[in-house]
Amino acid sequence: MDRRVVITGMGIYSCLGKTLDEVRDSLYTGKSGIIFDQERKDMGFRSALTSKLEIPDLKKELSRQQRQFMPEQAKYAYCATVDALRQAGLDQDFLDKNDVGLIYGNDSSAVPVVESVEKIKAKKDTTLCGSGAIFQSMNSTVTMNLGCIFKLKGINLTISAACASSSHSIGLGALLIKNGLQDIVVCGGAQEINPYAVGSFDGISAFSTRESEPTKASRPFDRDRDGLVPGGGAATVIIESLESAKRRGATILGEILGWGFSSNGDHISSPNVEGPSKSLEMAIRESKVDLKKVAYLNAHATSTHIGDAREATAIANVLGEYKPYVASTKGFTGHEMWMAGASEIIYSMIMMKNGFIAENLNFENPDEDTCRLNIPASRIDTGFDTFISNSFGFGGTNSTLVVTDYKE
Amino acid sequence: MANQELIEKINTVLSEEFEVDIENITPDANIKSTLELDSLAIVDLVGLVENEFGVKIPSAEVGTILTFQSLYDYIAEHQA
Repeated sequence: MDRRVVITGMGIYSCLGKTLDEVRDSLYTGKSGIIFDQERKDMGFRSALTSKLEIPDLKKELSRQQRQFMPEQAKYAYCATVDALRQAGLDQDFLDKNDVGLIYGNDSSAVPVVESVEKIKAKKDTTLCGSGAIFQSMNSTVTMNLGCIFKLKGINLTISAACASSSHSIGLGALLIKNGLQDIVVCGGAQEINPYAVGSFDGISAFSTRESEPTKASRPFDRDRDGLVPGGGAATVIIESLESAKRRGATILGEILGWGFSSNGDHISSPNVEGPSKSLEMAIRESKVDLKKVAYLNAHATSTHIGDAREATAIANVLGEYKPYVASTKGFTGHEMWMAGASEIIYSMIMMKNGFIAENLNFENPDEDTCRLNIPASRIDTGFDTFISNSFGFGGTNSTLVVTDYKE
Repeated sequence: MANQELIEKINTVLSEEFEVDIENITPDANIKSTLELDSLAIVDLVGLVENEFGVKIPSAEVGTILTFQSLYDYIAEHQA
């Protein structure tokens, strides 16, 4: 079986906005979501930069029992998924009667772990961890919560693949649909935003220390980049077979043309050129995309020196002669990590649907590696119908998706 | 016997934590059904009582405390 896979719903809870329209406006106007967080500085962080996002109060939407099992990133994911399901036209009656799957990226849940350990050490009584701690602590917390809340009955799976988690979630979901094993899969990624989640990450000097200019700190591909800024939230993408979407009369937003992946088999934190190149090449091969039609590549580029340089080389080697616009939205959002693959599909979809390519925020000067790419320093107002999205993660896990506007 | 001040404090704490109207918490009412406790939420009840009132309810005794009156009495009896 070789079925076409289309996108019928998107929802996002991001530092750029909590609706697709808000996010569109932020991308269009070049509005950054990065702030300086004094709490982190007081805790001894090397960098107190982060994206800003409040935890939603879901008292009206969910019972106490349901909320008890949800860490912050599951709450973000709930909000994104409600919106995505609504846009896809999937109501509870449909979810009750059909085997809708769920594959979501998440690779940490620090706060409930820290709080439980503190209680156990202080009180020597595990009961005081409470009923929610175990369910909040596990990497699969998002899928276990969403699966129960929305009563989903298809595949229920968390992808923990570092910063490529949610790109892989969409790729794997698309593969299941393509092969006829699922008709609809709720895909996405969630990322907690709290100091505990990224303290040890800060400890390896991976973050930008441009604290005097928070909105200029995340500057992918720029010569003067000095590290990433952690971000987060959640993004949900509903994908389904073309037949299913047509049968339901759903609005088809786009089509997943192909997925590529690879593992560097190399250093745990330093990426190489070969792995990302293989992921790109596989996605291009699988999608059979005409590279002349690829107008935009949403890069993984996180604003680290070596990561951006290696990705730039990989993109230039694979796509060089076609010269698509290459930009990373992480200049706006910081690095949304487990969420990034899915959120960047949504950011790119928003641009494609609204006829613009957001600037690579804070890109002022190329360096010897990034000069090979066509990086927009200001917004490009242009229609386009096909894009590629890269997501790479620690351990050398790589994922690339090719997406196009839907045509019969 | 629990005094009125203790009873009111218990009712307030339970009402806030389990998000039920305080009017529904009456001495003879069943704790599990009133607070809508499943087997997991009972863990939260035990933790709440320990944190707020300093009384640890052993798991073997939790099942014997059925009504709010029995909870008031248990806490009053075991408070230091």
